[in-house]
Amino acid sequence: MAVMNNVEAVRATLYDAMKSDDRTVLMGEDVGARGNVFLISKDFIKEFGPDRVIDTPIAEASIVGIAVGMAMEGLRPIAEIQFADFIYPAFNQIVGEAAKTRYRSNGEYTCPLVIRTPYGGGVRGALSHSVSIEALFYHVPGLKIVAPAFPSDVKGLLNAAIDDPDPVLFLEHKKTYRLIKGEVPEGHYTIPLGKANVLKEGSQLTVVSYGLYVHWALDAAKQLEADGRSVEVIDLRSIRPMDQQTILRSVRKTRKLLIVHEDNKFGGIGAEISAMVAEEALFDLDAPIRRLAAPDVPAMGYAEPLEQEYMSSPALMAEAMREMVAF
Amino acid sequence: MVTTITMPQLGETVTEGTVERWLKKPGDAVEKYEAFVEVSTDKVNSEVPAPVTGIIRELLVQEGQTVATGTPIAVIDHEAAVGQSASAPPSTLSEMAHSANAEPVPGFNIPQSAPKPAAANGRSETAPPVHASSEVSLRGASPAVRRLAREHRVDVAAIKGSGANGRVTADDVLAAAKSGTIAAPTATASAAKGPSTYANPIPGTTIPLNSARRIIAERMVESKHNAPHAWSMVEVDVTNVWKWRAKEKDRFEQETGYKLTLLPFFMRAVVESLAAFPLMNAKFTAEGIHVNKDVNVGIAIGLATNLVVPVIRNADKLSIRGLAIAAGDLIDRARKNKLTADDVQGGTFTVNNNGANGSYASAPIINAGQAGIVTMETVVKKPVVTADDAIAIRHMMNSCLSLDHRVVDGYVASGFLADLKKRLEGMTASGSI
Repeated sequence: MAVMNNVEAVRATLYDAMKSDDRTVLMGEDVGARGNVFLISKDFIKEFGPDRVIDTPIAEASIVGIAVGMAMEGLRPIAEIQFADFIYPAFNQIVGEAAKTRYRSNGEYTCPLVIRTPYGGGVRGALSHSVSIEALFYHVPGLKIVAPAFPSDVKGLLNAAIDDPDPVLFLEHKKTYRLIKGEVPEGHYTIPLGKANVLKEGSQLTVVSYGLYVHWALDAAKQLEADGRSVEVIDLRSIRPMDQQTILRSVRKTRKLLIVHEDNKFGGIGAEISAMVAEEALFDLDAPIRRLAAPDVPAMGYAEPLEQEYMSSPALMAEAMREMVAF
Repeated sequence: MVTTITMPQLGETVTEGTVERWLKKPGDAVEKYEAFVEVSTDKVNSEVPAPVTGIIRELLVQEGQTVATGTPIAVIDHEAAVGQSASAPPSTLSEMAHSANAEPVPGFNIPQSAPKPAAANGRSETAPPVHASSEVSLRGASPAVRRLAREHRVDVAAIKGSGANGRVTADDVLAAAKSGTIAAPTATASAAKGPSTYANPIPGTTIPLNSARRIIAERMVESKHNAPHAWSMVEVDVTNVWKWRAKEKDRFEQETGYKLTLLPFFMRAVVESLAAFPLMNAKFTAEGIHVNKDVNVGIAIGLATNLVVPVIRNADKLSIRGLAIAAGDLIDRARKNKLTADDVQGGTFTVNNNGANGSYASAPIINAGQAGIVTMETVVKKPVVTADDAIAIRHMMNSCLSLDHRVVDGYVASGFLADLKKRLEGMTASGSI
C-alpha cells in the first residue's frame, strides 16, 4: 500500500478513472494546462488531450450546466469548482437541474455527475477561499454530498461517486490536502456512499464530525483517553445520505452526543443530526445534545486571530468533551 | 447552583437600603419575578422580585437592618429547568428593578455560577446546564434517567448523583437498580397519597360528594322514582354503515381533526326516527304530554370523574358530517373539562354509546324530563341467516331503549326501535356523509 496525502489520493483516483473509462471527462477552471491550482491534474491534458481535460472560462454555471448535459447523454463528467466559495453561480445547475434530473424525467435520464471542490478554512484563505458549503446543499433531495477526511476514504468514496448514477458533490478539505497522509490500498475499490466510520470506539460520549474536524476530534478524544475517559468518534464521511443508524447505535450506547463541524452552527449539519437524534433516541439521552460549530459570522476573516476565533481547535473540542463526560 | 442576591441600589443617589420585611423564609420556593423582600430607602419603598426560580437557602440580613447597596442579603438555590439554563443567563435584578423603581441601576446581583450564553464554537462556554436533581425526584432528570428510572422502578430522589453538581446520571440509575436497594414506592402506596376522590378512590375512606356527583345522584333518583322505566332491545345489522364509515373516516379526520365513529350515523337515524315518532321526543308533565318542537339530542360521555351529557341542539337539522363535528367538539371539550352550562341543558332525548367498552346490552336510566334513552352497544361480527337462507358474516349491534311508560306504551316504543333498525340497515355508502 502506498502512503499518500489527500491531494495525491484525489489525483491517483482521477487518473485511474480517466485511464479506465473513456467516458470520463475533467472540466473546470485551470484543470488543463495549469493542471489544477493544487496540481491535482498536472499533465493529464498531455496524456488524455484537451477534449477530455477541458479548461473552462470562469463561468461556474456553465461548467456545471454543460457537465449536466454531458452526464445525461452518457459521459461521466467530473466537474471542478476551483474553490467551493465560487460555487454559488452554479447553484441553479446543481439544485435545479442535476439533483432533479432523475425525478423530472421519471427515471428516463440520470445525471452521473461528480462535482469536486476544495472547501474549508484554516489556511488563511479569508473570505473567498475558506467557506464550508455543505449546509447550503444538504437540504436538497437528489443530491449526495461526500466529505472525506482520510486518503483511503478519498479514493474509495471518489470511486463510488464516479460510479454513482446520480450527482454527487465531493468536498475536499483544503487544509487536509497535504497535511493528512495515510495508506491507500492499491487497485480499484469503493466505499459505499452513506456509510459513516466509527474511528474510535468509546463508552461515555459520541462525537460526530466530518472533514478536517474529524482529525481534531480524534486528537481531542485521545487526550481524554489519556485521562481515563472514553469517547467514541464517528467520521460521517457522507453528509447525505446520512448514516443515521451508526449515529443512533452509538448514542444509544454512550447516551451523550457532541457534534463538531467547521460550518456555521445555525442550520448546519449538526442541526439535522441533533433533530434526528432527538426524534429517534430522546429517551436514551443523558445530557443535552451539544454542537460545536462556527459562530453566526458571515465569513472567516483573513487576520489570524479572526480565523482562529471562527474555527474550533483540538483544545476547545477536548474541553467540550470533558464537560460532557462529566455532566 | 446558587445565586446570591445583594441589596439593590434603588436610585442613583442611594447608597444603602433597609430590609423592611422578608416575604419568604428559608426553605420557601420562589418564582422568578416573584417579590421576596420589601426594601425601603429614603427615596422609595419597593418589593424586590427574585431574579431566578429556586428555593431560598439563606436570608443574610434581619428585618429592620440597614446595609450598604451591594451587600449580600439572601441566597437562592435555583433548580435549573432542563434546557433553560443553557440559553440565557438569569435575568439580573437590575432588569427587574426597572419595573419596580423610578431610578433603576444595574449591577445588583452576583450569580455565583450562572452559565454564560453558549458561544457557538465553544469558546467561553462553561459547563453544560446542570440540574440539582436532589431537590425533587424527576425534575431536571435527563430523558435517559427518566426512562431508566421508570423501567427499573428506581426512585431517583434517593440516589446520590455522580454527575456534575450532584446530577443523577443514567449510570447512577443503573447502578442503583443493580444494587436493588432503592425501589420506587409501589403503585398502591402512591395511589394512597392525597385525598380520596371519585377518580382516585381509596379503600376505607368516604369520598365527599362534589356538586357533579350530587346532581347526578339526584337526577337518577328523580328519574327512576318518577318515570316508570320499560326496556326493549333490537339487533341491528350495521355492516353497511360500518363500511361507509370506514370509507369516509380517514378523509373526515384529515379534514376536521375529529375521529369518525359510528355515533353520528346512529344519531342521524335516531333523529329521523324521532321525526317519525314525535312521542319519543316528548316530556311527561302534570298538564299533559308535552311534545317537544326541537330535537335536542344529548350524548352521554363517561369521564373518570363523572358522567356528562352535553346536548346537540336541533340535531335533526344536521347531516351525519355535521353531527360528527358537533359530537367531536362536545366530546373534546368534555374531556378537557371545558363544557359550559349551556352545553348540558335542553336535551329532549339521549343517546348512549355504550359499546365502546364492549357492553352487549344495557338498561340505561332515562335523563329526567325526557321520554327515552337509546344505546349503541358493541359491534360484533356474527354469522347471520340472510333473507335467502344463506349464512353470512355481518357486523351486528344491539340497540337498547329505556322509555318513560307514562309517555309512551310499548307499541310506540317498539315501533320507534323497529324504525331505527330499518333506517340504520338501510344506510349505505351513497354520496357524502
